[in-house]
Amino acid sequence: MSGFAVEMRDVVKTFQTPEGGFVNAVDHVDMQIKNGEFFSLLGSSGCGKTTSLRMMAGFEWPTQGEVYIEGEPQGHKPPFQRPVNTVFQSYALFQHMNVYQNVAFGLEMEKTPKNEIDKRVGKALEMVKLNGMEKRSPKQLSGGQQQRVALARALVKLPSVLLLDEPLGALDLKLRKEMQLELKSLQREVGITFVFVTHDQEEALTMSDRIAVMSHGKVMQVGAPVEIYERPNCKFVADFIGDSNFLEGEVRSCDGENTISFVPRLGMEIHGMSQSKFSPGDKIVISIRPEKMRLSEQPALSQNCLEVKVTNSAYIGSDTRLEVLAKDVKLKVWEQNHISTLDPRAYHQGEQKAWLSIFPDNALVLPAE
Amino acid sequence: MLRKFRESKSLQGTLLVAPTLLFMVGLLIIPLLLTTIISFGRRNADGGVIYTFTLDNYLRLGGFSTSCENGASACFDPLYVNILLRSLSLAFETTILVILLAYPLSYFIARAPSKHRNTFLFMVLVPLWTNFVIRVYAWMMILRTQGVLNGVLGSIAGLLHIPFTPLEMLYTPGAVLVGMVYEFLPFMILPIYTSLEKIDNSLYEAAADLGADAFRTFFRVTLPLSLPGVVAGTILVFIPVMGTFIVSDILGGRQVILVGNLIQRQFLDARDPTFGSAASLILMVMTLVVTYFYTRKFGFGEEIIVA
Repeated sequence: MSGFAVEMRDVVKTFQTPEGGFVNAVDHVDMQIKNGEFFSLLGSSGCGKTTSLRMMAGFEWPTQGEVYIEGEPQGHKPPFQRPVNTVFQSYALFQHMNVYQNVAFGLEMEKTPKNEIDKRVGKALEMVKLNGMEKRSPKQLSGGQQQRVALARALVKLPSVLLLDEPLGALDLKLRKEMQLELKSLQREVGITFVFVTHDQEEALTMSDRIAVMSHGKVMQVGAPVEIYERPNCKFVADFIGDSNFLEGEVRSCDGENTISFVPRLGMEIHGMSQSKFSPGDKIVISIRPEKMRLSEQPALSQNCLEVKVTNSAYIGSDTRLEVLAKDVKLKVWEQNHISTLDPRAYHQGEQKAWLSIFPDNALVLPAE
Repeated sequence: MLRKFRESKSLQGTLLVAPTLLFMVGLLIIPLLLTTIISFGRRNADGGVIYTFTLDNYLRLGGFSTSCENGASACFDPLYVNILLRSLSLAFETTILVILLAYPLSYFIARAPSKHRNTFLFMVLVPLWTNFVIRVYAWMMILRTQGVLNGVLGSIAGLLHIPFTPLEMLYTPGAVLVGMVYEFLPFMILPIYTSLEKIDNSLYEAAADLGADAFRTFFRVTLPLSLPGVVAGTILVFIPVMGTFIVSDILGGRQVILVGNLIQRQFLDARDPTFGSAASLILMVMTLVVTYFYTRKFGFGEEIIVA
């Protein structure tokens, strides 16, 4: 027993391309998903997240490696023999059945007694707030309601793991936000492990206990939302999640976390923080989030302080988004508008000279790609 | 004038419908009315029509006969009733056989890799490039006593040293059934294929995910969702099979007379257009009644055309 809800060990999935070549949609992936966790697979299209999910569901079988569910190797088991259920992106509701029949389908397949089916379907529909709609056809439901039916249909089977393949993709933004919170609280309520595939980073950050960021069939980083955002382990993750400025350089010295690097384009040394050990001379890239820098009229720090010229500014309500030039390096800087005033001097304007301070903790030193 | 036309939706509609409407009135409604009138008439000595009102033709179709063997003035002659019943049962048999043959093939094509599907559909349609009558004649070549099938069977028997007498297959109800099934198979395959092809793959996956094996997925998901195709195909096959006379004429000879042959012979050989008209109307009514009850239960399969 591995003690994980789902575990992928060195899983590879190879597909044939129409040109006759081969491509690894999933490329040597190791992943451990804990019991009761809300786990997201995040990445852009073609990164292997859906293929990974489909291998957990049993719609695809690994070319190499093994998928374990509740410690059991799944091998080539068909979907109907796995303790998982899937919520499909297209919902995949049976149009020839009404809401009740759709939700009851999975229980009928298990030969559950009629009165228990009644009870459990009722409970499942109540959980997704669809009671009273039993007799409706899926065609008579809105997108959000169809989504709930699909959810109830999968949850009514009480799976060990619920697999969700971009389930909110077809909903409009407002409904999407509502469903995000609802799904999250539903997951807490039922305590089932959720594996959630999405390409929307905000969605993943909002809902997940942990996120696996994927790219080109590989897992780049696994961690809690705060780790993924605040401590990305590579340039890809720092770039994919949120916005960031990147400065290329070379390590001068590395003492534990404190790393001093020389950035040729700025012609100066930047004090930063690293998670891995670097040696002097290593090529690195420094990632600095635009909201984690300060502009001031006078130099505010003895180190990591750059003289800049504001070249562009956009007031967007909560923030002012500035573009500044340090030597010939363009940087994005977001200032929070924390006082309410109409006085234009409170906001930085174009062509203004200023000093930009970067706290070493906010300058993350990552290996160059 | 032009402006009025541009603004008037009803005028536009009328003009769009007009060609078809004229065609239908001229070639369907008026002939149908004439047929009805003639069916109540009486035949004269040289095959013309005496316009009057008599139910003689319908009584004759119903089995009422005045030429009786034992000298009675009226008796029951089942000849025409049998022809009507035979036509009806053959149409049912053909439709059912066609469904049983077309469904697995359509399923196979619909589930084949998409790059092969068009090739398969093309192969289904190829026979339709040859004339209907010629295809029936081809079956005559296959089924007759000195034909292809007996030849093959004879060679096999010869190889196995079994005595073989050629089978009498042509001019039997079985030959007519085979011909009918062959002729109308594509009209069932296409609508069933269309409805199967429209079923999203995620529905099969959802069924499997929820615990259904292949067998239960088929009966609970695939079959119900493809029923509109079966319904549309049934209408496309049943109605023409009820009326066609070429297949039974060529493959059934004098042994298998269907209502289509009856009508044809009344007009061309027996020269009794009044009786032929009555038989035509009865055929139409029978077909309409069956189709009416069928479509009331199952619909027209319009989903495959609309959605």
